[in-house]
Amino acid sequence: MSGAGIIAEHESHPLFLPLVFLGGAIFGVGLAMSQMARPEIVLEFLQFRDLGLLFVMGGASVVVGITFWALTLSGRSAPMTGKRFGRRLKSLDRDVVLGGGIFGIGWGLSGICPGAAYASLGIGNVVILYGVAGMFIGAYLQGYLRETRANAGTPSPAD
Amino acid sequence: MHEVILLADALFPRGVEQYLFGGLLIGLGTALIYAGTGIHAGASTFLESTLSYGSKLRRFQQPRFIASRDWRVVFTLGIVAGAAAYSVATGEFGWTTEVQPWRLLLGGVLIGIGTRLGKGCTSGHGVCGVGSGSRTSILNVAIFMLVAIGVAQFVFALGVRP
Repeated sequence: MSGAGIIAEHESHPLFLPLVFLGGAIFGVGLAMSQMARPEIVLEFLQFRDLGLLFVMGGASVVVGITFWALTLSGRSAPMTGKRFGRRLKSLDRDVVLGGGIFGIGWGLSGICPGAAYASLGIGNVVILYGVAGMFIGAYLQGYLRETRANAGTPSPAD
Repeated sequence: MHEVILLADALFPRGVEQYLFGGLLIGLGTALIYAGTGIHAGASTFLESTLSYGSKLRRFQQPRFIASRDWRVVFTLGIVAGAAAYSVATGEFGWTTEVQPWRLLLGGVLIGIGTRLGKGCTSGHGVCGVGSGSRTSILNVAIFMLVAIGVAQFVFALGVRP
């Protein structure tokens, strides 16, 4: 029954999935080139021994910022999906603060984050599978706990 | 002038070129997907949307996960393939981390919980959200950055290497 009756986002255009793959591949080259795929480099940044990662997040957000801003201002819709161009805005609540704190503990302990971990697997770092497995376990745990809490009658946090 | 160079060497012992160009490419990949589809591609929703293939929990069976799970798998495969191609071309393929498996596993669990509770990660909040000027994202990034710096310095001070 899973997925029945739900239209997948890629069913709209034949070039949708190829474009997503190409964009992902460029993203992956960037992660490998920027050394973020190496947990050691991320840890050295967090320990102030090499601040180069400032340029990674800075460079990426400037490119993305200009693109999002210009296309949102154009008032148009995306050619492959008809989705209206807009900014990425999420509601602010306690979960954003709590989640950021938990994420930070994990990031500081291990030097990995989701995108960089996938890229790390790409550069042949098989040991990273411990981290990827951990992320799936964590994502499952929060889903499980949220659902049991919701079923127990506690209001489920909005998402 | 000499002092400036010494300072730059201390702050950026490996130079900045690979960081800057890598960052620009990360932005370019995200911008390309956005320009074609209007989607803000973050890396961590993949965790929950992929769980929807195998778990019947209603949390994962939400329409937004089911509708996006296929392209999120393709996006992740693209990231793996791009990084693989780059590392093969530069001869770095096969590099493995010295970070202990327990740190990767435990860190991964916390990251999995934190990113899904906090609605995003380094790419969703850090790149797409900050690029959108979202106050929610800027706050989330400031929190995880400060906490991560504290934890990484603490772990280092305890003598855990790398």
